[in-house]
Amino acid sequence: MKTYWPIVLVVVLLAIVPFVTTSNVVLNFLITTLLIALVGQGWNLLGGYGGQYSFGHAAFFGTAAYTTAILQVQYGINAWLGLFAGIFAGSLVGAVIGVLCFRSGLRGSYFSLVTLAFAEVLRIFSSVTPITGAGVGTLIKLDLRPEAFQFQSRVPFYWIVLTLVALSLVTVRAAENSRFGAYLVAIRENEDAASALGINTFAVKLAAITLSAAITGAAGCFYAQYFLFIDAAIAYGPWISIDALLAPIVGGAGTLFASLLGALVIKALGEATKLLSGDAPGLDLVIYGLVLIAVVGLAPRGVAGVLTALFRRPFRAQPEGDNG
Amino acid sequence: MLSPVILIPAVLNGLMAGAVYALVALGLTLIYGVLHIINFAHGALLTAAMFAAFFAFTLLGVDPYLAAFLLGPLFFAIGYALQRFIIGPAAHGEDRNFLLVTLGLAIVIENALLYFFRADTRTINLPYAFDVIEIGPAFVAMPRIIAFGAVIAVAAALWTIMRWTDTGKAIRAVAKEKLGAELCGINVAHIYAITFGLGTACVAVAACLLIPTYYVNPTAGEAFVLIAFTIVVLGGMGSIAGALIGGLCVGVVESFSSIFLGESLGQIGIFIMFIVVLLARPSGLFGARP
Repeated sequence: MKTYWPIVLVVVLLAIVPFVTTSNVVLNFLITTLLIALVGQGWNLLGGYGGQYSFGHAAFFGTAAYTTAILQVQYGINAWLGLFAGIFAGSLVGAVIGVLCFRSGLRGSYFSLVTLAFAEVLRIFSSVTPITGAGVGTLIKLDLRPEAFQFQSRVPFYWIVLTLVALSLVTVRAAENSRFGAYLVAIRENEDAASALGINTFAVKLAAITLSAAITGAAGCFYAQYFLFIDAAIAYGPWISIDALLAPIVGGAGTLFASLLGALVIKALGEATKLLSGDAPGLDLVIYGLVLIAVVGLAPRGVAGVLTALFRRPFRAQPEGDNG
Repeated sequence: MLSPVILIPAVLNGLMAGAVYALVALGLTLIYGVLHIINFAHGALLTAAMFAAFFAFTLLGVDPYLAAFLLGPLFFAIGYALQRFIIGPAAHGEDRNFLLVTLGLAIVIENALLYFFRADTRTINLPYAFDVIEIGPAFVAMPRIIAFGAVIAVAAALWTIMRWTDTGKAIRAVAKEKLGAELCGINVAHIYAITFGLGTACVAVAACLLIPTYYVNPTAGEAFVLIAFTIVVLGGMGSIAGALIGGLCVGVVESFSSIFLGESLGQIGIFIMFIVVLLARPSGLFGARP
């Protein structure tokens, strides 16, 4: 049984921040970091624990974001209801893609490619259909009331995204402690063996992708409310699929805090490059790409792996060239 | 409703466009067939090659079709070095890592191009780019016919290399049985890098064929990646003949779906075909591997 104490500790530490500073720069940085952490935590459940590398998590993010936005703008439905509807819509897309992919036994690279193609289909489709606002996108009307899930200050947004991240951490830890989590890891390690031992791999993978889509979908809804604007390139663009997998992989895929750690590292890196390079487009992403290659090449278990290696054997002599 | 006057040009143009797709896919399928990895950097390398062809023409005045003879070997060397010194060592021989490393590489190349050349879309003006040739009721643009011929030539050359040279034999040996090939004294890392180089050279030639009629910007190659994946899946992963035929098919499908669905939705036809083929027949139409 793994305990929930580390989650409580991390969340309390993060919760203190608004009492220390209300600087918009700091809060904005942390909110976007937590947003990416949430997106990535969804990916981490499916990819990190289940070994199913999705390249199209934008499909869930975008569907949820569009659902919240469209329900409000076109149907006047309350934003909080929209949040739940969005999460539901996101997980529905996850379930549909899951059924299609796993029924036909797609694994490994094939699965990655098909998820990417689904996200692309949705992107092209949403850039031409009228309901999503086509090329113009959907703008949510400014309505600064808590009932409308809009706030004057960034602090309430910070609490909300932190709550969502905390919930996602608890969900993943609960999964780690359950049979479901054990099945999932078994599938990652050897799907055929897992299946031979009587695990219903289809059902487990389907549950994983649905839950994963719900978590990433929650991030999509939050994005729509925080920025009040969504279009096809934001919702279904490759950037979100890349962030979704980059954060947990940099953090150390398949560990509880992978996504949070990774999001902190890549966002901090991104800000640092922006400071160094001014607003030159592309340079921050060049750094992302290099970081991805470096992490995969030098520290396959991510930041978490490096940290454990550092803390586990501080007094033992470390062999040369060991990267944990 | 469909008269031959519409049908024949649509098929012809589809075939011509499909030939270039086939060439991009050829590189991809070659790399897949031997290394068993999906090269995500393929599109970015195509973009890089298109920029190279663009600057060869605007700065040095080299005709794109001649530039193919320079850029082919250059990109072979680039591909060789990438696989030998970056992708291979970083991936530790794991499939997932190959995916991630090539994805990282794609991000780096694309955004480096964005950083240096900005998002501007550029085109070149070739004096003979608008010449057309009449084939039956259809008028086909000169560059497309040249491209079609060039693709057939490259495919034939590749086939010859694979079939008749020692290197080709070694490549096929590694593709079939890596360990066995290694035991016979074949340097697997070298063969991997050569294969990756050949795949990258295909992309360079494709870029030279594209640039007279297409535009280039830092994401220009992206449009071709999923198309190439579709073709590779359709033709069967690793099959050269499959890639050629698959490419021509996809070109025709695209040409028709843009007639029926309009320009912006035209590409959806390809993605849907991709998803359907993968879900229904992941081994492709010509592939034997499951």
